[in-house]
Amino acid sequence: MLNVPKIKIAFPLVKNNPDLVYLDSAATSLKPKTVIDKLVEYYEEYGVNIKRGVYKLSERATQEYEQSRRLVAEFIGAQSKDEIVFTRSATESLNLVAYGFGRAGISESDEIVVSIAEHHSNFVPWQVLAGETGAFFKVIDITDEGYLDLDLKNLDEIITKKTKILALSYVSNVLGTVFPIKKISEAAKKINPSIIIVIDAAQAVPHLPVKVQELGCDFLAFSGHKMLGPTGVGILWGRRELLNAMFPFQYGGEMIQKVAIEGTTFASLPDKFEAGTPAIADAIALKNALSYLKQFGLKNIYEHERKLLAYAKKLLKEEFKNKITIYGPPSIQDKGGILSFSFGKIHPHDVAAVLDGEGVCVRAGHHCTMPLHRRLGVAATTRASFYLYNNTSDIDRLATGLQKILSVFK
Amino acid sequence: MYREFILDHYRNPRNFGSLRGATNSASVYNSLCGDSIQIQLRLKDDKVLDARFSGESCAIARSSGSLLTEYIKGKSKKKLINLNKAFMIKLIGIEISPVRLKCLLLPLEALRKAL
Ligand SMILES: Cc1ncc(COP(=O)(O)O)c(C=O)c1O
Repeated sequence: MLNVPKIKIAFPLVKNNPDLVYLDSAATSLKPKTVIDKLVEYYEEYGVNIKRGVYKLSERATQEYEQSRRLVAEFIGAQSKDEIVFTRSATESLNLVAYGFGRAGISESDEIVVSIAEHHSNFVPWQVLAGETGAFFKVIDITDEGYLDLDLKNLDEIITKKTKILALSYVSNVLGTVFPIKKISEAAKKINPSIIIVIDAAQAVPHLPVKVQELGCDFLAFSGHKMLGPTGVGILWGRRELLNAMFPFQYGGEMIQKVAIEGTTFASLPDKFEAGTPAIADAIALKNALSYLKQFGLKNIYEHERKLLAYAKKLLKEEFKNKITIYGPPSIQDKGGILSFSFGKIHPHDVAAVLDGEGVCVRAGHHCTMPLHRRLGVAATTRASFYLYNNTSDIDRLATGLQKILSVFK
Repeated sequence: MYREFILDHYRNPRNFGSLRGATNSASVYNSLCGDSIQIQLRLKDDKVLDARFSGESCAIARSSGSLLTEYIKGKSKKKLINLNKAFMIKLIGIEISPVRLKCLLLPLEALRKAL
């Protein structure tokens, strides 16, 4: 059991907005004091550039930065810290793979497979890559219950020897479905051992234990800011041999080994993919976010969120009956702490605006998943999402806010 | 934001539906939320004789469409082309947050496109 009142105190934003109910962690999480303090520590104590400096302060900053990389590697069970690339965001991580890998090896006779539930950042880069190379772009549908519409025994109906890339999210940012990535990876590699599996884990790594070696994927992307870390730092994990074979994403300082008029050789991993000065402070402070999460354990956080989800679903169904339509799997066993819904005929913008007036922050819109919303048959939904600092009284406030909407729009 | 005046236009939007014998029409789309608004006009001698709007949208966009279509009837094209953001804010008469401004302006965008 998480001690939520105690956790809430660790988040200055909560202290500064005592009446606020924050249910938008799927967009970005709040930051604990330890993370904010670490940012300040860097700027105040050793806020200089990394790698190039031979003076002590620069060495300290470099050490902190590389230690953060080590902790990220440990957090997701990577074999080596060299397989961890710091990017700007999950979006940049995914684009890096589409660009660096796509340019190296996709042709007209290949197939690229994604699902209809993907966030635009794991949909558009692949769609564009397919368009540019002439590869066939295949989109896996979902079932009406919000599962991927595939049969693992007959996966060869979708994945073939020609499938070069399979790009899937681990947890849907709208349906909340936790997709069976491990099983899909196994089945896909059986059909085509050279398939490259790219996982968008932006909604997974912050909320449940993720170990890349067990998952069987080849690349994994996520964002620091959704897991209590600062904005501006994303992570790409990739298998060493694949990263080695890829084109760099950007060229310039820091990523070279030797530059001459005759030509340039590139640095080894991970520097090859980190051209220019990175978000040093943000990457360093990410370390404190990871330590903070680890003290509770991802398993416990996941359990906590699912309890909240079960509570919310029951409460909202009881209070609003068929006025509320909740999307995603009916069983909370297959879900993370994400609850997207339609509320009668009231537009999600109006739902979110009235809730805002009641001090409840939720998201309204297509949540960067337009193909999925089209599949669901709605232009937009309202989404409440939970994290370790939420409790049942936050959900009670959501229900009260929804009652208010009914009285406003009666 | 959701005053009775707005809610009235939302519940009973004026000029909602489709127009027979329309001479001009346009459809616009809000990429932020996926909403869309269609507008249809019947013009004669550069004057708007009749107007209708439709589409799936939030209370702000719908009230805005309702108020705007009421306003434009009988007005000349020359005058309508100059309508702007400030006019729309005055027309709806409530405080609009920056995010919802796009909703408010959606019908105006459609009108401009139709003209
Ligand atoms: C599933 C999923 N993928 C990718 C992203 C993109 O993350 P970011 O905006 O940090 O790049 C998000 C968050 O918006 C997401 O929910």
